[in-house]
Amino acid sequence: MLSASMIQTLTQLSYLIAAALFILGLKRMSSPVTAVSGVRWAGVGMLLATVVTLAFMRAASLNFVLVIAAIAIGSVLAWVSGKRVAMTDMPQMIALYNGMGGGAAAAIAAVELYSGNEHNLVHLTMAAIGGFIGAVSFSGSLIAFAKLQGLITKSVRFGGQKFVNLAILLITLGFGFMVVSGTGAESGLPVVSLFFVFALILGVAMTLPIGGADMPVVISLYNALTGLAVGFEGFVLDNAAMIIAGTVVGAAGTLLTQLMAKAMNRSLANVLFSNFGETSAAGSGSAAGTQKPIEASDAGVMMAYAHKLIIVPGYGLAVAQAQHKVWELAQLLIDRSVTVRFAIHPVAGRMPGHMNVLLAEAGVPYDLIADLDEINAEFETADVALIIGANDVVNPDARSNKSSPIYGMPILNADKAKNVVVIKRGQGQGFSGIDNALFGLDQTRMLYGDAQSAVTQLIQAVKAAG
Amino acid sequence: MIDGVIALYIFMLAAFTGYEVISRVPVILHTPLMSGSNFVHGIVLVGAMVALAAADTTLMRVIGFIGVVLAAGNAVGGYVVTERMLKMFVLAGKKKGS
Repeated sequence: MLSASMIQTLTQLSYLIAAALFILGLKRMSSPVTAVSGVRWAGVGMLLATVVTLAFMRAASLNFVLVIAAIAIGSVLAWVSGKRVAMTDMPQMIALYNGMGGGAAAAIAAVELYSGNEHNLVHLTMAAIGGFIGAVSFSGSLIAFAKLQGLITKSVRFGGQKFVNLAILLITLGFGFMVVSGTGAESGLPVVSLFFVFALILGVAMTLPIGGADMPVVISLYNALTGLAVGFEGFVLDNAAMIIAGTVVGAAGTLLTQLMAKAMNRSLANVLFSNFGETSAAGSGSAAGTQKPIEASDAGVMMAYAHKLIIVPGYGLAVAQAQHKVWELAQLLIDRSVTVRFAIHPVAGRMPGHMNVLLAEAGVPYDLIADLDEINAEFETADVALIIGANDVVNPDARSNKSSPIYGMPILNADKAKNVVVIKRGQGQGFSGIDNALFGLDQTRMLYGDAQSAVTQLIQAVKAAG
Repeated sequence: MIDGVIALYIFMLAAFTGYEVISRVPVILHTPLMSGSNFVHGIVLVGAMVALAAADTTLMRVIGFIGVVLAAGNAVGGYVVTERMLKMFVLAGKKKGS
């Protein structure tokens, strides 16, 4: 039998190895070639830490059974849902799993705070901060999930909302102070419960007014917050693996959030506190010209005889699951020696890299995919720019119209192409509710329809072009 | 085990590490990487297990149980979706080579 100190040492060693594997894993995930091995390294670290913790756990048999049962339930549910979810729904699944992590951190804090065994002020404060952040991340991520999943379709906004949210924040902090200082126990109020309830409400209230277009930034922010919460709870539990992994994710997630906000040319504060999309400035009058429709057969011929085609995919492609069809179309055109490139805006879709994942799923090679800086000069030499379900990321108003809510956002210069074909479901506005000046330009033709069926028609048209 | 100042050192070094690791990532890997870092904070599972193991009242057990379920979901779900996403990149790379 191992002595208590040896168990302690072995456990800490396994956590150290796990933390190293996490960092190496994240490092390997930063290159497409080693990325899969990266997540597997991290997975080995996770498995090691979990197994060692379980093996050395000193617990009453009831608690032991509960731990095993809880792991089994959580793992099976997540395994099945994770395997089944379509690639297009990935962003909301990440939001969901992230929320679960935040909830777990809050639960650890709740156990610590409810038990009342903890009297160390530093630990109590750490537990409360981690619990607060975890609870906000939990309820906020669930709202983000519900929005992306289409369970909540409206952004709830009302006058003075910021002040209401600020009030909720202050009330939460007030209860947090009472919990930590111990004054709550004397007042007879269930301060710990109130603290968590208000933290959960704050997460909901913060996320509800945020428009769907900003969700990637928000999910990334909550990912960073969950990391921080885990780090704080790691301090409370003296668990180095949690401190390191949580902090690494907190820092990495913060950077990722900044990169995303920057790609949209907005500050994080702007995303969180401005009621974007509310501007009914739709009638800004900039959408000069009328939208001119085109038949798929004509558009197909135009592409078949083009020298250079640039495809700009957007969320519409993801919704219609059209990525395989688009690659089929691209291959047909490449066989006709048309130069085909895919132009990916950093915030196309619902997450940075969302489009890259979908195109990779369809088997599009990396070298055909270009990002904003690489491709923007090439639009001038392109015969056709094919916009599939993208809108704001190609809106020239962002360059020229100062009254546009997206003014200043870097865009793909699709309007510089000789011809523009836009596949769009209807004549309405895009996700953000802003008119798109591109659609009214002389060289733009609208191909109305679902991306999947429209691209299928284009394929037939290209084949027919002989 | 980990006293205050040492904890702060760990915190600082880990924060720099996280920043450095991400700062060289190409845009195309941002979503998988967000997913991957989401998986990594699933390590909260070991904390939740310890918390549940030490629970001594029904309320503690209920909260601890929920915590472990959620944490296991974070870890397993995070792993599954990250691996699925990244496998596609490998696939795409191979097709390109062939």
